[in-house]
Amino acid sequence: MRVVIPSPLFSYTSGQKEIEATGSSLAQLLASLDARYPGMRHRMIDEQNRIRPHIRLFVNGEAVSTLERRLAPDDEVIIVAALSGG
Amino acid sequence: MSTQPSISTAPITLLVGTRKGAFIYRGDAARRNWQVEGPHFLGSIVNHLVLDPRDGRTLLLAAKTGHLGPTVFRSLDRGRAWVEAKQPPAFRKAGADETGRAVESVFWLSPAHASQPDVWYAGTTPVGLFRSRDGGVAWEPVAGFNDVLYPKIQDKVNPGPDGALLHSILVDPRDARHLYIALSVGGVFETLDGGESWSPLNRGVEATFLPDKDPEYGHDPHLLALHPLKPDRLYQQNHCGIYRLDRPSVQWQRIGRAMPSEVGDIGFPIVLHPRDPECAWVFPMDGTEVWPRVSPGGRPAAYRTRDGGASWQRQSSGMPSEQAWWTVKRQAFCADAREPVGLYFGTTSGEIWSSIDEGETWSRLAAHLPHIYSVSAVAA
Repeated sequence: MRVVIPSPLFSYTSGQKEIEATGSSLAQLLASLDARYPGMRHRMIDEQNRIRPHIRLFVNGEAVSTLERRLAPDDEVIIVAALSGG
Repeated sequence: MSTQPSISTAPITLLVGTRKGAFIYRGDAARRNWQVEGPHFLGSIVNHLVLDPRDGRTLLLAAKTGHLGPTVFRSLDRGRAWVEAKQPPAFRKAGADETGRAVESVFWLSPAHASQPDVWYAGTTPVGLFRSRDGGVAWEPVAGFNDVLYPKIQDKVNPGPDGALLHSILVDPRDARHLYIALSVGGVFETLDGGESWSPLNRGVEATFLPDKDPEYGHDPHLLALHPLKPDRLYQQNHCGIYRLDRPSVQWQRIGRAMPSEVGDIGFPIVLHPRDPECAWVFPMDGTEVWPRVSPGGRPAAYRTRDGGASWQRQSSGMPSEQAWWTVKRQAFCADAREPVGLYFGTTSGEIWSSIDEGETWSRLAAHLPHIYSVSAVAA
């Protein structure tokens, strides 16, 4: 599936804005991304498996709040890094 | 311990952590001209950047960005190349009936004892203590603090403006298992068994913000310092004054009472002379009414004691004499090991100031940096 990466994570993907990845759930997808780009998951998901406060995950345009969300091979996952302040 | 180390004549390197990245300043032999390298990790909040004195080349850097979770980066060549920790500091996964904690930022990094060359400690927000046994690659929770002590004291562990911090992880140079830590807010604690069990060490320290008159813990130490040549001598800059403790006593003495009353004895940092346990510097800030946390009266100054806190002398020659409303955070004031000792501090307004005559005169070394969180001086 297509995964859109936000710029704060470009250091992990060598600047790639979109990547192809697999996983039957969001949790599996993130594990697969972390295997490919070590350290990436921890920057988005904390040690209690909670999505960090300034990260948003969208599947086919729908905001998702649980890593248990099932995924299909043709889904599109967009990771957004949202932050306000200076 | 009375052995005097040989006095270094090496050039100095300053390791600077800021709200928007890290910078490395390399000085010449005279400590007058400086070349900057950086920014490293532009845009990252760098709370601490520390050289391993045991190998003289490994740097650890505590970083996060506004968007992303906290991590630690490691360099084996003094900052030329960086690699992220494989397992950054993180609390254990909570059980089903628990509310798990998550590290929000790594605030403090300390190399362990000289006999443990690959061991490091990290302190975090919210308060947590972590250990690495492989030079900072993988970090594990120190259960004796995180899971044993913390649940017992959490009623008095409160966040300050930057969150609840665990800092000032000090290792007794005579005993690798003897550590001091400070919680802001929460107090000072000591372990004699490498972190398995802890005792509070706050007697004599005021905590005017608490209803209890003499609480066992819950105080607000801003910074602790232990003299390397006299490890039983501790100094503390606290939210409620400047203190000294000579072990085995457990009773802190408020040496800040000798500061000028119009300046007070509130501040963040305290710096020790590397060879004279009676000599220390502080950088007072305004702790009146709403706690502006700026230089008192807009007139910044360091204050030095040469008699263990019995008296203090103002040292501000070269600093602005008015309308300078910055201050110095707890990790942002340091000394080198040269003769005479060099002093360096970074300001909340992004300036670095230095003195190469033990504080008698000061000059601005750098300006226009982001808000500075930490400055560390190491031999080049």
